[in-house]
Amino acid sequence: MAETSSGSDGAPERPHHAAGIPERGIDLSTFTADASAALAGPAWLSRRRTEAWERTQLTALPAESEEVWRYSGIDSFDLDAFAPVPAGTADTATRAELALARSVAGAFGPRSALVVTSQGALLAVEELADTAGSLTVAGLSATAEAPPGLGRLARARDGFGELHDAYLADVLQVTVAAKARIADPVVVVHLVAEGDPAGPAPAVFPHTVVDLGTSAEAGLIELYVTPPGPDRTGEAPGALVVPVTELDLADDARLDYAALQILGPGCWQVALQASRLGRDATLRSFTAGLGGRYARVRTDSDLTGPGGRTSLLAAYLGTGNQVHDFRTLQDHHAPRTESELLFKGAVADSAHSVYSGLIRMRHGARGADARQTNHNLVLSEGAHADSVPNLDILENDVRCSHASTVGPIDEDQRYYLESRGIEPEVAERLVVLGFFSDLAGRSPFAGVAGWVDEQVVTRLGDRLFPLRSSDG
Amino acid sequence: MTAEPAHVLEIRGLRAGVAGKEVLTGIDLTVASGEVHAVMGPNGSGKSTLSHVLMGKPGYQILGGSVTLDGVDLLALPTWLRARAGLFLAPQYPTEVPGVHLQEVLAEALRGRGTDGVGTARERAAAEAVRVGLGTALLERALNVDLSGGERKRSETLQLAVLQPAICVLDELDSGLDVDGLRDVARRVQAAVGEWGLGVLAITHYRRLLVELRPDRVHVLVKGRIVASGGPELAAELEETGYAFHEAAELAGRLPVPDDPG
Repeated sequence: MAETSSGSDGAPERPHHAAGIPERGIDLSTFTADASAALAGPAWLSRRRTEAWERTQLTALPAESEEVWRYSGIDSFDLDAFAPVPAGTADTATRAELALARSVAGAFGPRSALVVTSQGALLAVEELADTAGSLTVAGLSATAEAPPGLGRLARARDGFGELHDAYLADVLQVTVAAKARIADPVVVVHLVAEGDPAGPAPAVFPHTVVDLGTSAEAGLIELYVTPPGPDRTGEAPGALVVPVTELDLADDARLDYAALQILGPGCWQVALQASRLGRDATLRSFTAGLGGRYARVRTDSDLTGPGGRTSLLAAYLGTGNQVHDFRTLQDHHAPRTESELLFKGAVADSAHSVYSGLIRMRHGARGADARQTNHNLVLSEGAHADSVPNLDILENDVRCSHASTVGPIDEDQRYYLESRGIEPEVAERLVVLGFFSDLAGRSPFAGVAGWVDEQVVTRLGDRLFPLRSSDG
Repeated sequence: MTAEPAHVLEIRGLRAGVAGKEVLTGIDLTVASGEVHAVMGPNGSGKSTLSHVLMGKPGYQILGGSVTLDGVDLLALPTWLRARAGLFLAPQYPTEVPGVHLQEVLAEALRGRGTDGVGTARERAAAEAVRVGLGTALLERALNVDLSGGERKRSETLQLAVLQPAICVLDELDSGLDVDGLRDVARRVQAAVGEWGLGVLAITHYRRLLVELRPDRVHVLVKGRIVASGGPELAAELEETGYAFHEAAELAGRLPVPDDPG
């Protein structure tokens, strides 16, 4: 049986070097205490930032030697290349920003609200549907007291988590009242602009908190987008984005969620998606990792109430020298909970992907059922995919399964299509697009499958589609 | 007008192997437009190898002989060009291709042949689905994924009918089919022989396919070569006597053995 590490992979983390004070906290030549203190906001938020900044002095940035960062290449990350965005850089959306947000959101049909953030600051809440108060969508920076939901689920205390809290500009709070059913999703467009290659690249820290009351139903789509900017060349980083999303589902609540990432090629992303499901609650989540230079997403789903069900899907595609890095935790606390995870990705050129996931069955998770599947297509000789499934089972009466594959396009599938008279390039195209649409077709939102298909075609371009005709 | 056949598949002295072992030890067969040939043989006689070697599946080695379609050397062509030249294989176990719809495959296959893909494929597939008894909803579903054995064989027959090849190789088309399915697909193939002069090479273990699909010639394949050929009466004879007579002395060493996984 494979080794299963019981603790390091995905549990709420203690500070690194937990046995004592690290030799050295984060080197903060640009992330100064003054820069943190200068950010706008109510007193509680300033205090929270200051406390977090002080913790950065005791917390090292993650290292690849830690299990949850294995294969990530994080050791080459240079924080000094980035700097926090000064307060008051922007407080309303420009016409161009709104137009871009509407354009990217347009692929996903009707919505209950359109929210725009830029460099971590909440700029606009538009088109808010009239729900007689069932749905509220608002920033927090004007509220007098710290909301109880902030940080409730995002407890990971690594260096990026502390930086996030020390430089948090704003928090988007989406609340759905008990028993309310919000038909169309709230669409949030996070704009992350890449900086001028001459100076330090901007570091931005978006934060979304979603609270669904008992038996509430709603949908949320978050898009991470880089607006058009100057052409970038070379390896200079464009931006660091450290988004946190907390999804809290009360008993019997239902949430459909999507996180769709099409950041620019110079962006580094270290994202956390944390969810908690009460009794009989249902989460259906779809993540797409397509852009960025290095894009990490950690997905933690806590099934704390009996009968809760979570479905975690993700599609990712790397080209050039992109790195996609996914870490997942299906954490079963309660009886009869169910989780299903299916992550599918492809790498081409010299791209690299990592999938590392853990199913944890805690004492008391009797009758729970968890599945974890990761499939990887390796489209070029120089590309590489790592896949590391893990189980940590502390209860007897449970069902778990995990499967993972890494390999080139299936020879039998290609042969079968070619036997119909389809040329090899087109056969490959069909297999690769089918690989993704098989997954994206199960996304909780209409429009995602077509969007993913379009993204894959554009991003693979000539690598796979030299004969693509325009009449498809 | 004359009886000169439109297309001819000629297999001459074909020897082929897989994993370093010679499986076909010298096959001679000629299939012309409008003819139905049945190749019957026991397990392990090389039936599936023959079908895959004709279509060019990776992993098989040609050790000698030739295969031509209308004089074109098929063995020199990659699989997709063999198909474009007019050959079609309905494999015994059609492959699942996740996320790729049957309709899409037909559109690409027709486009590759210079026929306008999408519209034509849609019309033909809808009509053929009715003839072979395949639910039209399956046209918009992923290829062979979650299909029953019978549905897969109906789907193969539908693809054959939409693509209208010159010569088809049917590898155990009857396996996985119930009585109704067997009748539907056999009738459809038989009709194609009249409609566009399809030439058929039906590889099968049992005679049951050959009730509705009427062979002109029956060949017995044993140990990688054709050991007997005759009219339809040969199929009936085989059903009574089995292959034992033809297997003769090799029988003892040729009892069906399950694949050894280790």
